[in-house]
Amino acid sequence: MRIYRHKLPVRIGHWINVLCLPILIMSGLQIFNAHPALYWGDRSDRDRPLLSMRMVVTENGERKGITTVLGHPFDTTGLLGYSSDMRRGFPSWATLPGPQWLAMGRRWHLFFAWFFVINGLIFGLYAIISRHLTRDLFPWWKDLRGLGRALLDHLLFRHPKGEEAKRYNVLQKIAYTGVIFGLGPLIVLTGLSMSPMIDAAFPGLLTLFGGRQGARTIHFVACFAFVGFVVVHLAMVAITGLWNNLRSMFTGWFAVAEHEGPHDEQPSH
Amino acid sequence: MTNNHRIDRRRFLAGAAQAAGLLLLAGCDNLSRSEWFPRLLGGAEGLTRRAQRLLTSRKAMAKEYTEAELSPVFPANGNNDPDNPDYQAMAQNGFADWKLQIGGLVQHPASLSLAELRALPARTQITRHDCVEGWSAIGKWKGAPLGMLLSLAQPLPAARYVVFHCADPDEDDQAYYESLDFEDAYHPQTILAYELNDHTLPVAHGAPIRLRVERQLGYKHAKYVMRIELVEGFESIAGGKGGYWEDQGYEWYAGI
Repeated sequence: MRIYRHKLPVRIGHWINVLCLPILIMSGLQIFNAHPALYWGDRSDRDRPLLSMRMVVTENGERKGITTVLGHPFDTTGLLGYSSDMRRGFPSWATLPGPQWLAMGRRWHLFFAWFFVINGLIFGLYAIISRHLTRDLFPWWKDLRGLGRALLDHLLFRHPKGEEAKRYNVLQKIAYTGVIFGLGPLIVLTGLSMSPMIDAAFPGLLTLFGGRQGARTIHFVACFAFVGFVVVHLAMVAITGLWNNLRSMFTGWFAVAEHEGPHDEQPSH
Repeated sequence: MTNNHRIDRRRFLAGAAQAAGLLLLAGCDNLSRSEWFPRLLGGAEGLTRRAQRLLTSRKAMAKEYTEAELSPVFPANGNNDPDNPDYQAMAQNGFADWKLQIGGLVQHPASLSLAELRALPARTQITRHDCVEGWSAIGKWKGAPLGMLLSLAQPLPAARYVVFHCADPDEDDQAYYESLDFEDAYHPQTILAYELNDHTLPVAHGAPIRLRVERQLGYKHAKYVMRIELVEGFESIAGGKGGYWEDQGYEWYAGI
């Protein structure tokens, strides 16, 4: 049986995000690399970072990448702090562009940020007005009551079939609603809080996010929350029927197994 | 057997994904080095500027802090000691021979000594300096409001930008310069600072004066300002992008 699962606005919004997210994340890491350290508050007192990535030369002339998190140093040679014979925060395969090039990283980031924000605004409005949010996405109390069971099922790789596979399950609802209406706005607002002009216009933003450096830190953490979401999302897409899921995100049509058959579950967005 | 196949397939998929990734990355880096693509990306700057100006009132002020919030150390970035014999000679002399030139499209070209600049009504502000690299420092600046100097010189109707010519050359002998439009030039917090944290502005921070334009990123805050020129456009100056870092690909509008 096939059901029409993803309406056109959902599919368009989804694929714009697929384009924007990797670019924004990797150009963001490029920008981060210009000063690979995080702080709280309005100032970046260099002796008090929450996190820093440095290159250290040992006594015998060996170069090491040292990442310090809340005062605890870790040897991250080859990945963070020092990689490919260079002193850099994140390695070149993780940044856009690859070489250290802040100006170009900013161009990519600030260009695709517009697409991401406009896409997010349109999708958010669509979801509210079309009642996609209240009908399909929002985890209501009746959904949340099944949370424990859904968690257990997921951990055992038991995914919904038949009638239940037609809807998003509670974990999906929490994840999608959280990302679209929580994480998304958070990463945009903390990004804007790093703009000195926006700070002048909306001073409350910095109070909300723990200062300019606090906003930068939250922006960074939110970025990795997005990375975490994408990793789990892709894993679920693959586990629950890669082609069925992919096709449904292109054409809208999703195959639901009646009883036995391929595991069907329905990541999207 | 099946397991081996699965591992092979996994390895193949991982390899294919990696290859595709690398190809994409190389493609992006090629795009970055092209002529047209960075220009396309740069189109966002105009949109950002217009949107931010729309959202921000002309007089919206950057946050001002208290003395308790000052950075223990205010980092000096970029050139910290201009490689320029004329500048060094002036510095030796405590900038007694230094004069700020104001010219270009103005009714009354002017030339002010440091003492004359200091005699003007001053503004003191404790503000946050946000470097494009990502760090921030809080400092106390005292200086003459740029708007007041412009009013003295009286820009001609054709003038649209204020260009700051500086004393610090790079290895290729290109001197630092910056430019503002009138909206930021006349902003009350835009000052030519001659003091940092109650001390005469040190050479590392741009002595004798540095521009403070608090609603924009650090590279707009030109150090070692020697001459102010009012122009209709900056296409004919140096790389033509309106500033030293702008010529290297940074945005002219540095409010973000």
